[in-house]
Amino acid sequence: MAILLIAEHNNQSLKSETHKVVQAASAIGGDITVLVAGLNCAAAANEAATIIGVSKVLLADNAAYEHQLAENIAGLVAELGANFSHILAPATTTGKNFLPRVAAMLDVAQISDVIAIESSDTFVRPIYAGNAIATVKSTDAIKVLTVRPAAFRAAQTGNSATVETVAAVHDAGVSKYISAELTKSERPELTAARVVISGGRGMQNGENFALLNGIADKLGAAIGASRAAVDAGFVPNDMQVGQTGKIVAPDLYIAVGISGAIQHLAGMKDSKVIVAINKDAEAPIFQIADYGLVADLFTVLPELEQLL
Amino acid sequence: MKILVPVKRVIDYNVKVRVKADQTGVDLANVKMALNPFCEIAIEEAVRLKEAGKASEVVVISIGTTAVQEQLRTALALGADRAIHIETELSLDSLQVAKLLAKLVGEEQPDLVILGKQAIDSDNNQTGQMLAALTGMGQGTFASKVQINDGKVQVTREIDGGLQTVELTLPAVVSTDLRLNEPRYASLPNIMKAKKKPLEVKAADSFGVNLQSNVTVVKVAAPAVRQGGIKVESVAELVDKLKHEAKVI
Repeated sequence: MAILLIAEHNNQSLKSETHKVVQAASAIGGDITVLVAGLNCAAAANEAATIIGVSKVLLADNAAYEHQLAENIAGLVAELGANFSHILAPATTTGKNFLPRVAAMLDVAQISDVIAIESSDTFVRPIYAGNAIATVKSTDAIKVLTVRPAAFRAAQTGNSATVETVAAVHDAGVSKYISAELTKSERPELTAARVVISGGRGMQNGENFALLNGIADKLGAAIGASRAAVDAGFVPNDMQVGQTGKIVAPDLYIAVGISGAIQHLAGMKDSKVIVAINKDAEAPIFQIADYGLVADLFTVLPELEQLL
Repeated sequence: MKILVPVKRVIDYNVKVRVKADQTGVDLANVKMALNPFCEIAIEEAVRLKEAGKASEVVVISIGTTAVQEQLRTALALGADRAIHIETELSLDSLQVAKLLAKLVGEEQPDLVILGKQAIDSDNNQTGQMLAALTGMGQGTFASKVQINDGKVQVTREIDGGLQTVELTLPAVVSTDLRLNEPRYASLPNIMKAKKKPLEVKAADSFGVNLQSNVTVVKVAAPAVRQGGIKVESVAELVDKLKHEAKVI
């Protein structure tokens, strides 16, 4: 087995998802090569070399890869990947964007959002918004997988793998980066946070989300939201937890003013401990919450902040 | 400009699915089916581009049994001009779907293909990207805004951490995210008119595509059920439980 793993990074440093996919790759068994493709991303490549389990890091440093445009990255990964038995990337928006393109170029299927590795050819993934769990077996020569980071622990660091430079330049010439508008946040990333506190429609407006700040600060938590809160314009959509947003599995998930639609549960029901705060005792969220508090969030939140 | 919109018939998103007792799949007998929500958004965007004078024709496509014609009629009622049904009894994987669509792109020569970012049954999020790969087109996935200007399309994409705008040379593939638009409802007169719009049926076998996937489903199981929790009476009790019982804070 030879595994190619495409690192998630921002050209300066690796994102924690990469460490989690290395953990998944270790479960397959075999040599793990990590590809870091970007521009001026040597630091990220050096960081990848420190992850335990990684045997080699490939560094593709070129302007064509700066913004991770799928058309260019896929060309590179398809060329390199032809020599591997497995190609893995995190199931983030970046991985989901380029990896299916790679799979089609290699004429193999992709298995999306893998949550468990049964063997080198058998994988487990959720379907129907997590309401069913499928075990699938692939006989493709190259297994192409996106891995759900929330389902794996992060691999440790302390390794010193070799870093090799890859000269190949793939520029498909059909796409161009124009701009990016990133949400600034001092808090931990949603998908990596140990504690997540999310607000829903019950928050009533965007200003009220400030009630979550103090609690998040005390717990070192990330702040999430339900789709209802995002669609109502309370918060930006990259805070959305759910089937179509981010999938999280923190130690503690606190759902505030969230009813618990199946699409939301798909994004958080693997959290270790779930707390629901809702004034509607019949809200479906209470069926999966370990601790439920039936009360008005506007009285509960200040009290909670004080007691922490 | 011609726009192709591939759509999928899936279980209605409000239905709570049940896994079959023999673990071969999900029970779809007598379950309400509907257009995949992301596909509705794709149809809406194509129809809006037509209404804005940017597109001349909107062609919807669906692959599956005769039953998918129901969803194609819905798409026609929402404003699509004609429909193509690629008929097969097989349940296809994304790669096979993308290969069939790529053949159709060759025949129809659209300027833009708009599809949903994922189907809510298989949750794969692959078909658009694979179609783009097979046709060599650029891809604008998870689109929350689409703007067409002389031979190019600017797509604002929802990415982790915010938004990214890319520019693609036409023809291109765009996949829709939830916030791209608010799909309209089909009015009764439009539903009646849709019955007269052209719907062409083609056999999947006639495309010369190998429809067999190398991925097989070993089993489908129900997810682990969470243990029923308790209700606490006060915030103090909640904090106490989290500290001493669950030990998560």
